[in-house]
Amino acid sequence: MKNNQSWIDQRFPLSKVWNEHLAEYYTPRNFNFWYFFGGLAVLMLGMQLITGIFLTMYYKPDAANAFASVEYIMRDIEWGWLIRYLHSTGASAFFVIIYLHMFRALLYGSYKGPREFLWILGMLLYVLLAAEAFFGYVLPWGQMSFWGAQVIISLFGSVPLIGPDLLVWILGDYAVGDATLNRFFSLHVIVLPLLLVVLVFLHLVALHHVGSNNPDGIEIKENKDKDGIPKDGIPFHPYFTIKDSMVVVGFIWILCAVIFYAPALNGYFLEHANFVEANPLKTPEHIAPVWYLTPFYSVLRAIPPMFGSQFPGVLAMFAAILIFFALPWLDRSPVKSIRYRSPIYKWALGIFVVSFVMLGWLGLKPVTPTYALLGRIATALYFAYFILMPWYTSIGKTKEVPTRVTE
Amino acid sequence: MKNLKSLALVLSLVPLSFSVFAAGGKVHLDHADTDIMDRASLQNGAKLFMNYCSGCHAISFMRYNRIGADLGLSDELITENLMFAGSKPGETMVTAMPEGAASKWFGGVPPDLSLVARSKGTDWIYTYLRSFYNDEARIFGVNNKVLVNASMPDVLWSLRESQSEAEFDNSVRDITNFLDYVGEPAKLIRLQLGKWVLLFLGVLFILTYMLKKEYWKDVKYGVWRRRD
Repeated sequence: MKNNQSWIDQRFPLSKVWNEHLAEYYTPRNFNFWYFFGGLAVLMLGMQLITGIFLTMYYKPDAANAFASVEYIMRDIEWGWLIRYLHSTGASAFFVIIYLHMFRALLYGSYKGPREFLWILGMLLYVLLAAEAFFGYVLPWGQMSFWGAQVIISLFGSVPLIGPDLLVWILGDYAVGDATLNRFFSLHVIVLPLLLVVLVFLHLVALHHVGSNNPDGIEIKENKDKDGIPKDGIPFHPYFTIKDSMVVVGFIWILCAVIFYAPALNGYFLEHANFVEANPLKTPEHIAPVWYLTPFYSVLRAIPPMFGSQFPGVLAMFAAILIFFALPWLDRSPVKSIRYRSPIYKWALGIFVVSFVMLGWLGLKPVTPTYALLGRIATALYFAYFILMPWYTSIGKTKEVPTRVTE
Repeated sequence: MKNLKSLALVLSLVPLSFSVFAAGGKVHLDHADTDIMDRASLQNGAKLFMNYCSGCHAISFMRYNRIGADLGLSDELITENLMFAGSKPGETMVTAMPEGAASKWFGGVPPDLSLVARSKGTDWIYTYLRSFYNDEARIFGVNNKVLVNASMPDVLWSLRESQSEAEFDNSVRDITNFLDYVGEPAKLIRLQLGKWVLLFLGVLFILTYMLKKEYWKDVKYGVWRRRD
């Protein structure tokens, strides 16, 4: 064993990588619940890739056969139903994890220096993941696949001047159809997964370069012992590999409870209308994206058409996502963690969470005058969190940050 | 320009369709209260479905012998009782009615019911089948409270005449239960398997928790560096 190791080490930095990133990678020892989700996101990516490989073996990216091929997987392939549910319910689970992972960054200021680039890579991952999920939802070719695609893609047609040509370029046809399904399949199984894997790798490289933040928002590298080891750090392996194993088992328990007892979660994870094959001649009564994209859909609907164009709403929707990228430069607070922030920041974050959840809920609902008004209020509050941030993070009294992590 | 117009059309239809949805109001649906684990109910539902529904409605994602295997019926039994003459046990359950004739008789092809329980729900099916009423204005002399102006005739009328109200409700419940099974045959497996999967993972979680606790004693007492 020892000989093999040195044989490899002479040719490949195996021990070096192992030590630098696991056995001697020092992680803050005060990680709490909110630090479960980075590891779980990697787990979900792996699970989606593996289940996706098997689904691709049987799925037919063809407008005439796609719907039936998914039912074929659900009925005639050995364990096909389990693999399909792991993938489709897994997509929702992935977003639950990602949203909690992102919320952690807001709680403890993980996007603040020196982790700005780490944050930007993470946001790129989020945008790609949303695109990946959108393309994936089109593939079963049910009514919501088709009409959801129809509504979302037609947004690109509202771009001034180039809109109509852009639309045809994206669709590969004049309407959503077989050509669209084929290219979305290609993007879903090759382009985006490749980019996601590369970006996750870069995200981890950046993370291990700057080191993890922690619930106290303290840089543990500023407090090292005589051997140059952070006093508040512990090796990632075995302590966090063991702890994360426990977290993974607990998470899979919850995932399996949903998959075995409510895989469609009453229409939230697999919409009822998507069990009807796509029909271009029959518009469903109510078109709504899957829950994880509804906050942004609500922003789109909250902005009324201007100058006979939907483009302002489209811009607002993209702005709602892109504004996250600016977070490191909008936040002027001297402290990172919510534990030491001023009360006004705690209020701002609370209101932001309420507005985000509200937008998500409204996005699932049909528009009524009351809901439209609520949607506009929630949109205003959503953007206020970002736009007013330079102001409210520079006022208010912050608490003193300790030099060492607290339990 | 044409595309811009079609876009405007699509986008203007979206809120419109919402308002239609909102204005339509919801019909009260009775709770179907089906139990997919009740094999006798599924068998009776399969029999009733084949007698009263399958003449017009296909369940084309379903195979005869899958029903046999899941409901405990032998190939001989399903060949004699459930199948159309000339079909083979491994075939999917399409309808004998030619499409052209269907359009002529009903104004459209009766929908495939493979996934109706998943798109409409069991409560809808259960209430729909029990909601026919006489309406001379309609071509078959009946209308439906759940699906207004449905083009389907009241095919269960003979059953309703020969049974008490409670018996008829049970018959409809069995058909609904069968359609729920047809919508997702794997439901039988996943509901049975689920508790064992969760039990296994629960035990595994306790073990990993104990392992974590053992390792983290080092951290608790600040002695993790002793391995050097």
